[in-house]
Amino acid sequence: MSTGKDTWRKPPFISHPGLRYGLYIAVSIYVVLTIATLPIDWDRVSDGMRRAQRIFSGAFPPNFDRSGLLIDGFLESLKIAILATVGGITLSVPLAFMAASNISIKPIYLIGRSIIIVARSFHPVIVAIIFVKAVGFGPFAGALTLVVYSIGFVAKLLAERIEEIDFGQVEAMRSVGAGFLSTLVYAVVPQIMPRLVGLGIYQLDSNLRASAVVGIVGAGGIGATLANAFGRYDYDFALAITMVIVGAILVSEAVSGLVRKRIA
Amino acid sequence: MLKISKLTKRYGSGDPVLKELDLTVEGDQLTSVIGSSGAGKSTLLRCINRLVEPTSGSVDLNGTEFTTLNRRELRTARRRIGMVFQSFNLIDRLTVMENVQSGRLGYISTWAALTRRYPREDIRHAYELMERVGIAHYADRRADELSGGERQRVGVVRALMQRPEILLADEPTASLDPKTSEQIMSLLRDLASELKLPVIINIHNVTEAKEYSDRIVGMRYGRIIFDDLPGKLEKAEMDEIYAGVPAMDRAEVGAVA
Repeated sequence: MSTGKDTWRKPPFISHPGLRYGLYIAVSIYVVLTIATLPIDWDRVSDGMRRAQRIFSGAFPPNFDRSGLLIDGFLESLKIAILATVGGITLSVPLAFMAASNISIKPIYLIGRSIIIVARSFHPVIVAIIFVKAVGFGPFAGALTLVVYSIGFVAKLLAERIEEIDFGQVEAMRSVGAGFLSTLVYAVVPQIMPRLVGLGIYQLDSNLRASAVVGIVGAGGIGATLANAFGRYDYDFALAITMVIVGAILVSEAVSGLVRKRIA
Repeated sequence: MLKISKLTKRYGSGDPVLKELDLTVEGDQLTSVIGSSGAGKSTLLRCINRLVEPTSGSVDLNGTEFTTLNRRELRTARRRIGMVFQSFNLIDRLTVMENVQSGRLGYISTWAALTRRYPREDIRHAYELMERVGIAHYADRRADELSGGERQRVGVVRALMQRPEILLADEPTASLDPKTSEQIMSLLRDLASELKLPVIINIHNVTEAKEYSDRIVGMRYGRIIFDDLPGKLEKAEMDEIYAGVPAMDRAEVGAVA
């Protein structure tokens, strides 16, 4: 039975027209008001431009004279990153199982989720400040910081992967009478392994980057070297450090991309 | 002998999916359970090894009452029931041998399972069974490299590794093409008589059910309304089993799959 209609429009996102236009108008008013009331001081911007120019002209050409210091700092960062990744992954795997709603019972699930939420809620710099206060300046504080940072990221994503597994395999292991641990190792671990390896490699890369940042607040590594260089107005040395960081990250990016392609 | 009596399963507060169902299976019979989607076939099979908890009733396998077992006892008891699944439920990223040996996980220690140190006797048994179904040359291949029919053979061997007293098959051929499907059905029939193993198969393909089974059970709305030799299943019985609107059946029983 044809009614002769030949036009069709996608139903709007919000079906009530008053609500829809009301929302559009409210958002536009907010954006305009916010921009109008922002304290943007153009004089300070132009001042800043001049100062930035001074820094950049001081930075060229980059100065590699103190490359011994540079290499030491970089190797320390690398050690922090590796230690934090290994420690973070080791803690993340059991936490991820705890925080997967299809595997754990409710109380364990809530404990696991809470730990992950706490680990995620603070930026590494804040965590680093706390650890520097607690265990003193140096790479140990940096490694502890990045362990927390790794847990927040790896455990969360791994828990979500566990929740997406094909549960039929778990059912099959239950039907043969397998114990809890055997069921996890046979039916769950093989399914999440590619993701775990991928996350581990990504996290190593990410920890290397973050170790430069947490070094600035005193948690060791190349970040500390960089902060010192800035503090002494050695802009040319700072540029050399920055170039090394960028280069290292490019290399690790390429390597991790290659490895992840291989394990798919 | 498997003796199910007054088995009832209710999901939530809705109408029961299984209604005081009685069924006895013995010897080396191959029993096919037919019925429209949502009739409760899958739930019936899963209530036997308690992958689904029955609400009330009794399931008795050779003298063991399954419904009252505690967790630990249930795990030991499940070793005696083999199960084959529609989507095979193999561990895709492990080798065929590991998949086959996973049928022994209820027997070997967790340490042996983790380190893959399987007992010699189990390895020998695995090769025999794999030889029997024609997949021995795949032992070192990853399970996801195999074709559908080969994967279901791995599934069958995994179940047989348990040395089960009964084999449950939940639509074992529904994901396979017609020819492979027939091969699996005749394999299950032959194994039933070779190993003196009772087999219960949920199946949608009535022609196959009639050809390969010793007995056909027809379910509708959680009750058994037909239970006889395949030859006795005529058009009238078929109409009764598959009557009604499937959507209505499903609405009544809730999420079964």
